[in-house]
Amino acid sequence: MSEADDRAHTLRLELVDEPGELLRALSPIADNGGNLLSIFHERGSLTPRGHIPVEVDLECSPERFEHIVDALRDAGVTIIQADSERYGEALSVLLVGDLVDTDLSDTLAELEGCGSATVADFSLTTEKGTEGVSSARVRLAIEAGSTERALEQVRDVAAQKDLSVVEPLVGEL
Amino acid sequence: MKLAVMGAGDVGRAVVDLADEYGHTVSAFADSTSAVVDPDGIDVDAALKHKDSVGRVGEGDPADALGAEYDALVEATPTTLGDAHPGFEHVRAALETDRHVVLANKGPVAERYDDLRALEADSAGSIRFEATVAGAIPALSTIDGIGAERVTAARGVLNGTANFILTRMATDGLDYEHVLAEAQDLGVAEADPTFDVEGTDAALKCAILANVIHGGGYSLADVDVEGITDVPPSALELAAEDGRTVRLIGEVTEDGARVGPRLVPENHTLAVSGTMNIVQLETEHAGRLNLSGRGAGGPETATAVLGDVNRLE
Repeated sequence: MSEADDRAHTLRLELVDEPGELLRALSPIADNGGNLLSIFHERGSLTPRGHIPVEVDLECSPERFEHIVDALRDAGVTIIQADSERYGEALSVLLVGDLVDTDLSDTLAELEGCGSATVADFSLTTEKGTEGVSSARVRLAIEAGSTERALEQVRDVAAQKDLSVVEPLVGEL
Repeated sequence: MKLAVMGAGDVGRAVVDLADEYGHTVSAFADSTSAVVDPDGIDVDAALKHKDSVGRVGEGDPADALGAEYDALVEATPTTLGDAHPGFEHVRAALETDRHVVLANKGPVAERYDDLRALEADSAGSIRFEATVAGAIPALSTIDGIGAERVTAARGVLNGTANFILTRMATDGLDYEHVLAEAQDLGVAEADPTFDVEGTDAALKCAILANVIHGGGYSLADVDVEGITDVPPSALELAAEDGRTVRLIGEVTEDGARVGPRLVPENHTLAVSGTMNIVQLETEHAGRLNLSGRGAGGPETATAVLGDVNRLE
């Protein structure tokens, strides 16, 4: 089943400690033609955010690997590292404003627009009794060294859509 | 030392009240419409009673206080922006006659720092202003002790009113207007809370910290400011679900100064509760220092003022 351009790849994931999470993370790999080589599921050790680190070795072509990474992100799986492309600690921001009428999915896509951040997690709440105002918590996985660039992107997107941002303290993440 | 105390708000009154305990004499005391002067020491109790009953500290002209015999002027009039009038003129009058000045008024230090330092350079008197940043917390004397050039950044919660509101909103899920009304009832927020909730007060303190750390050049206009009025309870709930909370944080770094609501872990050092303040300093050789305590209040701020007076001797 190995093909000429197949290579070994390593993915580091961060999973919530819930039944079915591991399967949810592995399905997009298998579905996109990745050949699983090994899975190191460190159930005993937790990341600083209380999640479980999982390291997956697989074999596929570089092109398929890209599809796999995209499919994992679409499935909402937090990728800490995909081969050499390393995502640093996730960064959380709050967005407040008319998130629904300003095209939420476009906002999320725009947040990834700087190319060094990916939306790892997202929660939305609508403010009671306040028409149009809602709040969102967005967790971005960011490539090492790109925090300021990613924050700049968040500020730009928020300014375009007239949203206010509650940033984390940089250097205090 | 003989003190001329300008301003009879909570801070001015507390300074006058505690001066004797610190071994100083109040030779002049003025509010915006009156003054009481006595080179041998004014009758403090009488002046405070007079203020309570008729709204003036005495029957003299406020200008009399500036012309009185004193060693150090305590400038505790209300903070004003822009030209920092009339506090700045009081400081000028004292320095031009070679007397010391201790400020609790943030206006002159935040808005006209370079002008103040120029006046000081031509005077035999010197200026101190510990009370202008975070009340009783010895932030500036700590920076002085470390050496400003070895402090690489300062950040903190510098406004107790905004912090009280954010804390209450987060713990009880109440909206901003509700908590503000409660804070006003408790005397934590003023009738016009704009200065506190829009971040102006914290920004003035950041301008002062930036001036001290970077050797001048900052005013309020150089601080990027955002307040807390746009933070809804739902945002605080989302933060809490993730083990975080929101605090109005002032930051001074090599990139400049800014104030705004920031997401911090709930158990983070900077996530102080209620009206508490905290100042965190990043230092070149000594790592991180955290100083927390009461950032406002008459006796608290007067403690910083009288500490400064003692350092002048």
